[in-house]
Amino acid sequence: MTKPVLIENARIVDPASGTDQRGAVLIEDGRITDLALDGPVGVPDGAEVINANGLVLAPGLIDMRVFTGEPGWEYRETLASAGEAAAAGGVTSFVMMPDTMPAVDDGAVVDFLVRRAKATSKVNILPAAGITKGLAGKDLTEFGLMREAGAVCLTDGRNSIQSTALLRTAMSYAANFDMTIVHHTVDLSLAGEGVMNDGLFATVLGLKGLPREAETIPLSRDLQLAALTGVRYHAAQISTEGSVEIVKAAKSRNARITAGVSINNLCLNENDIGRYRTYFKLGTPLRSEDDRRAVIEGLRSGVIDTIHSDHDPQDSEVKRQPFAEASNGAIGLETLLAAALRLVHSDEVPLLTVLKAMTSRPAEILGLEAGRIAKGAPADLILVDLDYPWQVNENELHSRSRNTSFENARLAGKVMRTLVGGETVFLHQD
Amino acid sequence: MADTPASTSGDFPPFRQRHLISIADLKQHEIIDLLDRAERMVPVSRQERKSLPTLSGKTQINLFFEASTRTQSSFEIAGKRLGALVVNMSVKTSSVSKGETLVDTAATLNAMRPDVLVVRHGAAGAVELLSQKVGCSVINAGDGAHEHPTQALLDALTIRRHKGRISGLTVAICGDIANSRVARSNLLLLGALNVRTRVIAPRNLLPPGIEHLATEVFTDMEQGLQGVDVIMMLRLQHERASGKMIPSVREYYRFYGLDAEKLGWANPDAIVMHPGPMNRGVEIDPAIADGARSVITDQVEMGVAVRMAVLDALLSGDQA
Repeated sequence: MTKPVLIENARIVDPASGTDQRGAVLIEDGRITDLALDGPVGVPDGAEVINANGLVLAPGLIDMRVFTGEPGWEYRETLASAGEAAAAGGVTSFVMMPDTMPAVDDGAVVDFLVRRAKATSKVNILPAAGITKGLAGKDLTEFGLMREAGAVCLTDGRNSIQSTALLRTAMSYAANFDMTIVHHTVDLSLAGEGVMNDGLFATVLGLKGLPREAETIPLSRDLQLAALTGVRYHAAQISTEGSVEIVKAAKSRNARITAGVSINNLCLNENDIGRYRTYFKLGTPLRSEDDRRAVIEGLRSGVIDTIHSDHDPQDSEVKRQPFAEASNGAIGLETLLAAALRLVHSDEVPLLTVLKAMTSRPAEILGLEAGRIAKGAPADLILVDLDYPWQVNENELHSRSRNTSFENARLAGKVMRTLVGGETVFLHQD
Repeated sequence: MADTPASTSGDFPPFRQRHLISIADLKQHEIIDLLDRAERMVPVSRQERKSLPTLSGKTQINLFFEASTRTQSSFEIAGKRLGALVVNMSVKTSSVSKGETLVDTAATLNAMRPDVLVVRHGAAGAVELLSQKVGCSVINAGDGAHEHPTQALLDALTIRRHKGRISGLTVAICGDIANSRVARSNLLLLGALNVRTRVIAPRNLLPPGIEHLATEVFTDMEQGLQGVDVIMMLRLQHERASGKMIPSVREYYRFYGLDAEKLGWANPDAIVMHPGPMNRGVEIDPAIADGARSVITDQVEMGVAVRMAVLDALLSGDQA
């Protein structure tokens, strides 16, 4: 039995209950056992006392979209290195996308990941299972067996299922097991050879554009199928003004629909690509400033439920390429919170709303106990200095890959301490 | 004497750019400076002994990832007439069968210490990426649908020699604007020289936002060619486009191919240009291509002069 831990003198911010006030939290055996708001808390003998000095104590972040390189591309990222990056970024749980080699499309692979994560990662890694074998969009995987092995949701990761009939079957079958379908919507024929947002900027660069309709058309289809099948459906990442409107309309009729947004689409736009900077080449492309403002408003108003990092480690071999030939993706576990706090510092979105989208909302969608500060909840917690100024240095990040979309960015806000199950897994060193 | 300059660079202030990647990087005075330098190079190629010693001892590598007979030989002749050692490297690659990356290739060539790399690549931005990894000057000989700066310069020189000026003219660029690096470079260059630019094409061959790059946008040749001083026809990649971007060659030719009737809509002294290689009977009537208003072979001649001027400007700037 581990020593009890008391975190006192903290500003407790718990989006699930709407709490934002001074208090203390007692942790025993990896769980929160007492919570004192503006009052004394009983301190057991021998407890370790952590004085938060007024820092924000929030639930550890739950990141719904993270790619690793294990198994298959360990030189890009292992579960261990992703865990280090997550801990340093205040992410105490993340959903691992099934895009590995082999793909996570079988109970045995899910089982391997669960065991491997427990053995090597500092944070909780929650495997997502492929909807189709090899994520190839053809044949269904064994949803039930993968759920038994520990899969938390179903997704084909980077891939988007093109067959409407197959998707309908997948949704019906997922509803049967009450599993959430998380889908990244791209109409591949419309997307064509596009590599960035369609528009003047792509024209100037001589690059082929990805029209917004390549996202919104399959999104509309998915939402109709979700209503038809009754499945719990999460739009993996929406990036356009039109998508926000479509999700808003669908949500008014169907409570089982949720939507996520990548931190990149909240903080960056197509102009950040500059002259072919491939770290800004992303699976869901950076859109126009109008789209960025629309997804921020979608987050603020609750149309968008979750914010994720879309952490996608890629090595320089595949990134130092001409833009059209470079791989998509940017790492983001370590910068997620600080980048999201930009929206708070600019008074665009309240702190509780931003944190909710990375704690209690993903927990509700995935059916997790974590993501809240309450008696009995797992002691996955972070201490945050909301104003701590720092500049992103790609060489100081913990990921094995360097492809950050926030290279050299000046950010305010940093995780000072991360606890997973009551254990400190990251402590900021000045 | 005027026809046989021993050197040209000494008469011009040092050129401040190290590379020529994009017309967008050039200021108006730099464009005019390059055109003036090119003008001085024209007589060199018309002499009996077509050489200047300016680049003697320099090494020029032509690195063409995309096949191109005319641009590569134009750069080769330009370099050789200036006395450079010119090496041609044709690299057959595709994005799927790549072994060595572009950056690796750049490092390898850089170690051979060339003074200038002339690069053509199928991907937009590839030449810029390569320029970041080498220690010598880099000239963009065409990168995907992005830019082809020496083509725009040679087009401008051709226009200036035929019209006596550039500023104030109306120039129409017709055809596959969406996939054309020639169109982009020309719109930037002509825009910088206060030309009224028009693009004329079916909607599906116009890229998004084109109204911000051209003064006027037309989908109808009759309207678009009214009052035009210069007509630039673009090559249609009809093998790729047919059935996909356009229904057929004959329909394209009917509405967008330059024939005598359509040429009649432009100003009576309008000149006809084409960057080549031409598809006779697809975007242009052979009689027009070879007719009195066509300046297409002049463009080829000016190409050598412009490339000599660019090589000279970039490499003599090094020494200054």
